[in-house]
Amino acid sequence: MSELWSLFLTAAFVDNMPLTLFLGLCTFLALSKRPEAALGLGVAMTGVLGVTVPLNFLIYQSFLAPGAWAWAGMPELDLSYLALIAFIGVIAASVQLLEMVLDRFFPSVHAAFGVFLPLLTVQCAILAGSLFMVERSYSLAQSVVFGLGSGVGFAVAVAMLAAIRTRLAYSDLPAGLRGLGIAFVLAGLMSLGFASFAQMAATQ
Amino acid sequence: MPARPDYWRILTQPLIRQNPVTLQILGICSALAVTTTLVTSLTMSVSLTVVLTLSTGIISAIRRHIPDSIRLIVQIVIVASLVIVIDQILQAYFAEISRALSVYVGLITTNCLVLGRTEAYARHHFPIPAMIDGFGNGLGYSLILIVIGGLRELLGKGALFGIQILPLADAGGWFTPLSLMLLAPSAFFLLGLLVWAIRWILPEQAEASEHPEALRPEPAE
Repeated sequence: MSELWSLFLTAAFVDNMPLTLFLGLCTFLALSKRPEAALGLGVAMTGVLGVTVPLNFLIYQSFLAPGAWAWAGMPELDLSYLALIAFIGVIAASVQLLEMVLDRFFPSVHAAFGVFLPLLTVQCAILAGSLFMVERSYSLAQSVVFGLGSGVGFAVAVAMLAAIRTRLAYSDLPAGLRGLGIAFVLAGLMSLGFASFAQMAATQ
Repeated sequence: MPARPDYWRILTQPLIRQNPVTLQILGICSALAVTTTLVTSLTMSVSLTVVLTLSTGIISAIRRHIPDSIRLIVQIVIVASLVIVIDQILQAYFAEISRALSVYVGLITTNCLVLGRTEAYARHHFPIPAMIDGFGNGLGYSLILIVIGGLRELLGKGALFGIQILPLADAGGWFTPLSLMLLAPSAFFLLGLLVWAIRWILPEQAEASEHPEALRPEPAE
């Protein structure tokens, strides 16, 4: 149990998706102007990552991994190069499904962050979650925890950046630095902060 | 559509003036992640430019046959197939670089730059200008990657392409490597400064302040 907990903390803070691994930066920067939108995005990310990583784990293990077709008399078959297309398909389908379920049963939640859901299909952080799961050969339980942890880490980071950017409204920045430029510098400073979590993990 | 679009303009516009990374905020993820050394930046740039040029060409060629409602899926599948080809080539011939790039080659699939250009340009234009636009955007992306990758490797290790340029202090020289340059935060800082530099030269790119009234000086009492 404590092993899973430490995997969760690692995924959320030490290997923070946007700040340490540079994943999902497009949405991270584009949707961090308002804290409410940022929080909605964070929740949607956590939900989608928590569902797609384990789902992709099952699909990879049962169809694509080397030797997965051994029961059908084809132990040589290695379909792992198809992983990319399969993962993207699963992600697109689950995002669509999630959107339909939310629309049907939780219309208020759907209205709150409906706009971001379709965007998540082409979010690098979500695809990367599944690719990392294969590269680091996680088990089913680990992949659930890893997906949720990465989502929470993303949510924390994007909410923090949005909060800082709102405060920036009152600062007198040089014209060229306004908007994107200062967002990068802020993300860099936050990334420095998150680097200290790596030290924490090392000393534990 | 004009009879003969200005190909040179389509090609050079995305280099600085409409740069995909610094102005359109597309494809930033991979731009930062792979730039610890010049070799990985260069590999990533070439891979992305190839994928972008081919996918805009293919999508533009079949643009009249893709139903509107499923075009995103069709585009992603085309891009993903090209990325798989590139990934297999890298794994076969450049195994070491492929390991260094880790999952980021696969992530070209979801690179917003590729989908952004196919959505915004290739869908409405003929294959030749679409491919030129893809190539130009690929070059603009490569430019940023190479500048940042070069700076990070030069300041972080005192080397370019793995060849020592600045004599290290350990080896009797004068240069002490800045190890921060190899860590994540420096990539953010460098890209932020680069955006600032470009907008300083081209002031029309600067974003308007969100709250102009907050910056006005207080009326004298």
